[in-house]
Amino acid sequence: MTDTSANGQNNAAPKKNSLFVQDARLKRRKSAEKRFQWYGIGAISIGCIFLVVLLTNILMNGSSAFRQTFIDLPITLNAEEIEAAEASMLKTGAYKNIIYAALEEQVASKGVETEMSGKDLGKIMSDSAPGELRGFVLANPDAIGTTVDFSFFASSRVDGYFKGRVERADLVNDKNLDAAHLDIIDQLKDAGIVGLHFNAEFIFGADASDNRPEQAGMGLSILGSFYMMIVVLLLALPIGVGAAIYLEEFAPQSKFTDVIEVNISNLAAVPSIVFGILGLAIFIQTMHFTKSAPLVGGLVLTLMTLPTIIISTRAALKAVPPSIREAALGLGASRMQAVFDHVLPLAMPGILTGTIIGLAQALGETAPLLLIGMVGFLATNTPESFIAGFDTPNSAMPAQIYQWASRADPAFYERAWGGIIILLFFLLAMNIIAVILRRKFERRW
Amino acid sequence: MNDMRYIERATDMNETKITARDVHVFYGDSEAIKGVDVDIQARAVTAFIGPSGCGKSTFLRTINRMNDTIPSCRVTGGITLDGEDIYDKRVDVVQLRQKIGMVFQKPNPFPKSIYDNIAYGPRIHGLTKNKAEMDEIIEKSLRRAAIWDEVKDRLQAPGTGLSGGQQQRLCIARAIATSPEVLLMDEPCSALDPIATAQVEELIDELRQEYTVVIVTHSMQQAARVSQKTAFFHLGHLVEYGDTSDIFTNPKDQRTESYISGKIG
Amino acid sequence: MAQHISSAFDRDLEAVQAQIIKMGGLVEAAILDSAKALEERDTELAEKVRKADKAVDALETTINEECARIIALRAPVSTDLRTVLAVMKINGNLERVGDYAKNCAKRVPVIAQGQRISGPDAALRRMAREVQDMLKDMLDALIQRDAALAADVRLRDQDVDQMYNALFREVLTFMLEDPRNITACMHLHFIAKNIERMGDLVTNMAEQVIYLVTGELPEDPRPKGDNTSLIAEVK
Repeated sequence: MTDTSANGQNNAAPKKNSLFVQDARLKRRKSAEKRFQWYGIGAISIGCIFLVVLLTNILMNGSSAFRQTFIDLPITLNAEEIEAAEASMLKTGAYKNIIYAALEEQVASKGVETEMSGKDLGKIMSDSAPGELRGFVLANPDAIGTTVDFSFFASSRVDGYFKGRVERADLVNDKNLDAAHLDIIDQLKDAGIVGLHFNAEFIFGADASDNRPEQAGMGLSILGSFYMMIVVLLLALPIGVGAAIYLEEFAPQSKFTDVIEVNISNLAAVPSIVFGILGLAIFIQTMHFTKSAPLVGGLVLTLMTLPTIIISTRAALKAVPPSIREAALGLGASRMQAVFDHVLPLAMPGILTGTIIGLAQALGETAPLLLIGMVGFLATNTPESFIAGFDTPNSAMPAQIYQWASRADPAFYERAWGGIIILLFFLLAMNIIAVILRRKFERRW
Repeated sequence: MNDMRYIERATDMNETKITARDVHVFYGDSEAIKGVDVDIQARAVTAFIGPSGCGKSTFLRTINRMNDTIPSCRVTGGITLDGEDIYDKRVDVVQLRQKIGMVFQKPNPFPKSIYDNIAYGPRIHGLTKNKAEMDEIIEKSLRRAAIWDEVKDRLQAPGTGLSGGQQQRLCIARAIATSPEVLLMDEPCSALDPIATAQVEELIDELRQEYTVVIVTHSMQQAARVSQKTAFFHLGHLVEYGDTSDIFTNPKDQRTESYISGKIG
Repeated sequence: MAQHISSAFDRDLEAVQAQIIKMGGLVEAAILDSAKALEERDTELAEKVRKADKAVDALETTINEECARIIALRAPVSTDLRTVLAVMKINGNLERVGDYAKNCAKRVPVIAQGQRISGPDAALRRMAREVQDMLKDMLDALIQRDAALAADVRLRDQDVDQMYNALFREVLTFMLEDPRNITACMHLHFIAKNIERMGDLVTNMAEQVIYLVTGELPEDPRPKGDNTSLIAEVK
């Protein structure tokens, strides 16, 4: 009966209505369904391919940033030399000479023949070596008079040679390094004193100047991001959740609250750079907070995160069945008791998830931070105390990555990719925490 | 001979617990209740019946002022509990709702333990001084709700883990834990299977000894089974109110007749 | 009358009432036929009446079952409930009326064998006709939901009672006249008593109709015309 539209044959030959035979219409419907499934599979496949390409690209480009070329160099800490160095005007310059001497000795002892002087040989070393040596001496005065095995960074050119970034042909016009240096490096490599090793400094260290990419690390910008996240969490969570509870549970339905609601939704869509310039104008120019401090960055990111938290909290509160509210009110609970005793605990997983996603979003935000001056190479030492860290100029992970990516030396380019790996690791960790929290707090009703 | 019939069915049919006079309820511009006068008797079960949207639930919710939670809702006229106007400015809804408990259509235990479900009401109203008193209230309430034997060994288990009928009886126990005088029930059995329904109905009949019960139901059979008084609502009007046996054997109004016997028009 | 949303319910109620009417028709015929058999001393017709009662009994069982089914499946309330209750009671009463008619017919052969006493015949015929008329009106009142007609039927039982009184005295006189008449007269008296009882039962049924229509049984005492229990001695 339902299939009279197909053609008259069906009526004439009732056998055609058999369940085993599919009519044309059903076939069309089924093929449409099949097509739709393939569209979906196709869309997902494209997404997966993009993701795989992106991740492999990041890993391939970035993983090398975690390894660095080191040169092993035993130095005899002669007390007279050190005293002389400390007395001189250019202290690191004096230490440099100590290193050159040690390097010359080391090269000679490994049987490498060269006409280069110690100073010329020193080009294979990073400029950071003298500072490092001096830092060690000041920290360990007892070691003076003994011979200590140091492992200094090789210069970024040498590092690039090890990682295949630098070829001999590239060095023709390079005043920092000659092909002759590479011959020595090859021999030193065979002697086992130059090689690639894991570089913890990249994760824990501070940024370095343009001509010392081999020394640059993410450490302080991680700390800066961490401080900002504390500020965002402490401000955005209570303010956002409070505002959401008021709007959802208490606010009378009026034109005014409607306007507020619409504006909160709009605020979530405002470009983050707008918040940056707002932060610059209000917090720095008007209120004179310390420029580039995580406190200011945190305030700006709080502004940016608030709408996300408010919207997700309201959604979580809305998802709590009204029967729970009714049950509490029907027992004579006041509105506030109903909300805080029953509704909020049930909305908690949603609120936490929303908050963590908001935090993750803030963690990856770059543009507003650039405007308030949280760029790289601001902090070279860890803050003096935990509290002081809020007010000490610092950078943040994404700003640091952006900074590296825009520097000239290709060695920094590699570090930018490495920084992205660290950033992604933190985002992944936060999302995992969000999932765990939701699982933990989720309750059935 | 007529009097003989009522001996078992009703106890004290003279005392009035709740009085409503010319009650109108508006949702914004639409009038949901159009002038209802009714006297609800103490220690009896009064059933509100009527087609969907007739205002019976709305009227039930005006009795403990649950409609206050809806911003656009406005109530005029007078409702008194033991002669006191419940819409008086001096009345606090929290106190009112302690006296007039409510059980809802869908069993809605809090997602907490059975113990905490019952304890919540007494706790917020400060009815107990120590844990021993609380334990006593919880046992008494659960016993009265005829669910004690089923849950006494797992008071710390979540209330949401019970079956539908048990959940609803838990909700009734929760409602009576605050020692109310009136129990309002909004279609308490609509989500339950027949066995659970029978258990809840039996419970309602027992509760009549101590409480004034008002029940909204879609099941005419249920109204006939558990109530002594029946009120028929239609399009916001209270069409007919009287003894349940009269309403079901010999209704005075044509609309009541049509509704209860399932006729068109 | 408004229709039920469930039309099957309407059909069930109509069917059971149609069966009552059919049964009423059979009983009416039985009353008339037994009266005619008596008057004409027609033993064959009497035999037919006796056999016809089986159909009435069968119908009674059917109607009872049907009512039980309606109650179980439809849970009737208000008018529907009263309809079913009234139908059940009328059903039982009708069956009793049928039994009385059969009993009258059973006595015909005995009376036919004895000496002919023609006096009470006409009075019995009138009584039977009146009861049959009441039964017919009661059934009409049932179908038309006419409480006034039913009340009228209820009042007319007085006439039947009075006819029975008169007949009682007449039969007594016959027995006093000639003791040989006693057997026939006793039977005639039982027939008269049966018809009088039929009248009472029809009155019961009429009261059920009033209950069906108004929801209340008539409060005032039923008019009684039968005072033979008070007669101590015939003067």
